Amino acid sequence: MTETLKQKVLPVLTIVAAIGVIWYGFTVYLNAPWQIDQYEKSATEWSMNDLVRDTMAHDRPVLPAPHQVVVEIWKTTVQKKITSKRSLIYHSWITLSSTLLGFVMGTFTGMMLAIFIVENRAMDKSLMPWIITSQTVPILAIAPMIIVVLNAVGLSGLLPKALISTYLSFFPIAVGMVKGLRSPDPMLIDLMRTYNTSRWQLFFALRLPSSVPYLFTSMKIAIAISLVGAIVGELPTGAVAGLGARLLSGSYYGQTIQIWSALLTAATLAALLVIAVNIAAQITQRMMGVPK
Amino acid sequence: MTNLQKLLNAAATLCGFYALVTGIGALSPALLVAAGLVIAGGLRLSPVLAGAWPGAWSIVMRSQFDLLISFVAAGAVLAALHDGMAGAVWAIAIAAWLHGWLAVEKTIADDARSMGHNWVVSLGVPLFFGFWLLFFWEALTIGLGIPTVLLPPPSMIGARLVSSTAILMADFRQTFLKAVLAGYAIGCGSAVLVAILVDRNDFLRRGLLPIGNFISALPIIGVAPIMVMWFGFDWQSKAAVIVIMTFFPMMVNTLSGLSAASVMERDLLNTYAAGYWQSLFKLRLPAAMPFIFNALKINSTLALIGAIVAEFFGTPIVGIGFRISTEVGRMNLDMVWAEIAVAALAGSASYGALSLLERRVTFWHPSYRTE
Repeated sequence: MTETLKQKVLPVLTIVAAIGVIWYGFTVYLNAPWQIDQYEKSATEWSMNDLVRDTMAHDRPVLPAPHQVVVEIWKTTVQKKITSKRSLIYHSWITLSSTLLGFVMGTFTGMMLAIFIVENRAMDKSLMPWIITSQTVPILAIAPMIIVVLNAVGLSGLLPKALISTYLSFFPIAVGMVKGLRSPDPMLIDLMRTYNTSRWQLFFALRLPSSVPYLFTSMKIAIAISLVGAIVGELPTGAVAGLGARLLSGSYYGQTIQIWSALLTAATLAALLVIAVNIAAQITQRMMGVPK
Repeated sequence: MTNLQKLLNAAATLCGFYALVTGIGALSPALLVAAGLVIAGGLRLSPVLAGAWPGAWSIVMRSQFDLLISFVAAGAVLAALHDGMAGAVWAIAIAAWLHGWLAVEKTIADDARSMGHNWVVSLGVPLFFGFWLLFFWEALTIGLGIPTVLLPPPSMIGARLVSSTAILMADFRQTFLKAVLAGYAIGCGSAVLVAILVDRNDFLRRGLLPIGNFISALPIIGVAPIMVMWFGFDWQSKAAVIVIMTFFPMMVNTLSGLSAASVMERDLLNTYAAGYWQSLFKLRLPAAMPFIFNALKINSTLALIGAIVAEFFGTPIVGIGFRISTEVGRMNLDMVWAEIAVAALAGSASYGALSLLERRVTFWHPSYRTE
């Protein structure tokens, strides 16, 4: 136990602490010019201590200090009612729901595509290059337009945002699943042939089980990217609800603390989602009897 | 002929019959010819014909014949699009597509039997698929009368691409040549350097690897408004967003790549009395190249997205992102799609160039040797 502590936890904590120190340093450095300007306007005497204290207490700092962001998050999560429009939990839930819907749809689409590609050579040759090309379309960049257009057709609310997430998340799933479905050792496939298995028996008994580890690795990427899609999808809705809307309204009104608190919340959400997929992967693998 | 091929052929023939029966009086001459060809294609299924003239039968069974039917039918449908789409025309469109699929199935079946790399298959088949995507996009938008403010047909986007080349070039220069290239080079370059430095210290590596992995999964694009506040409206702020977005995937990949060389190979270099830098340049960096290229490919799309999204938060009056957001407001969707096409082309071209370079640099890697 102490060994893992030394090998894993200690280095990570050191780096996190170093990032914190650098962040505080930059807070003082970036906010100082404005603060010094203020001192000179009011002709007050100031020492280095005053400067450090005051740069960390701006209402709209260039870079907020970490504790300011933490206080803001605390205020907008614990001290607000969940139903309040100012509660970050409310906004997170909006973003999370479209993330999950998009992720589920993307995973399903990706798996279906992968199955078609592996089972039919014509599909492989025609689809695979286009699947790669599809990701060079900067979908995040045109997400606002797609949302507006889908709204005009009558699709509004959760689904348009989820579709952006779907478009982003099907790609890692499809690519990973194709790799996974093709991963069985040729020896094993030959063995199945000697058993006179049908195509579908081969698929369900050998290909599908061997693709599971690849699927979960892809799902970790896909769920993180779904969250990004949902956040960007919220930008054009006129800053109504969701973490993306918080980012946008923060940038309209120069509320930097609000931007950073939304960013940190999104980061926490991403971490929780990836951890959830990880746990699901471990449970599945244990049920499938994969040795650690 | 496999069962799937027979099924495709039969389905196409049914569509041809349907078109002929319902539209015999209304169809244009070109469409009638197309329907006739489709039905002629269906006659190949008859065993009588195969027995009577085996020589002629084997010629008309070729994939080129299916290709011909599909292109003639598709052309006839495109020519008739603006006169309104009746059920018979849709049936011919579907028959054309089925014959196209059949041609691909046959070509690939032939290719599987022959040895070696076939450029027709690896390049032609995807292009053919792209043609059908555009064909149905065009047919559906015009045939169903979808308003162009929702989804313009590809022909309209193509016309816009040609007529607004100057604006598109200016936007491309601002977004891609200035912001993306600068940010991409700085982000990827500095990440490789940092990774090499960090790699010398095991403690740092253990700390940075999980954190880098974590940050790569974050919605970093959210820093775009902050960067625009810090670095102003011009391309520098977009480059800054790209630097942050591309840095962590590159660092994480380079770090794992640097430890990819096997112990045997390192021992060999030790017996040669190679120094740190020698073994870095001769062994560990080349061994890390597949990982580095992986990150370069991921980053090439990330960089474009970063630049365009950052332009939504403030920009001078030029740039792909700026154009997209303003033209959406003015309902000029054809211009928006033209910008998207430019961005997709730039993205695909960078991806393709990186793939070719990867093939040249990491020719020793198993994934390229097996062909």
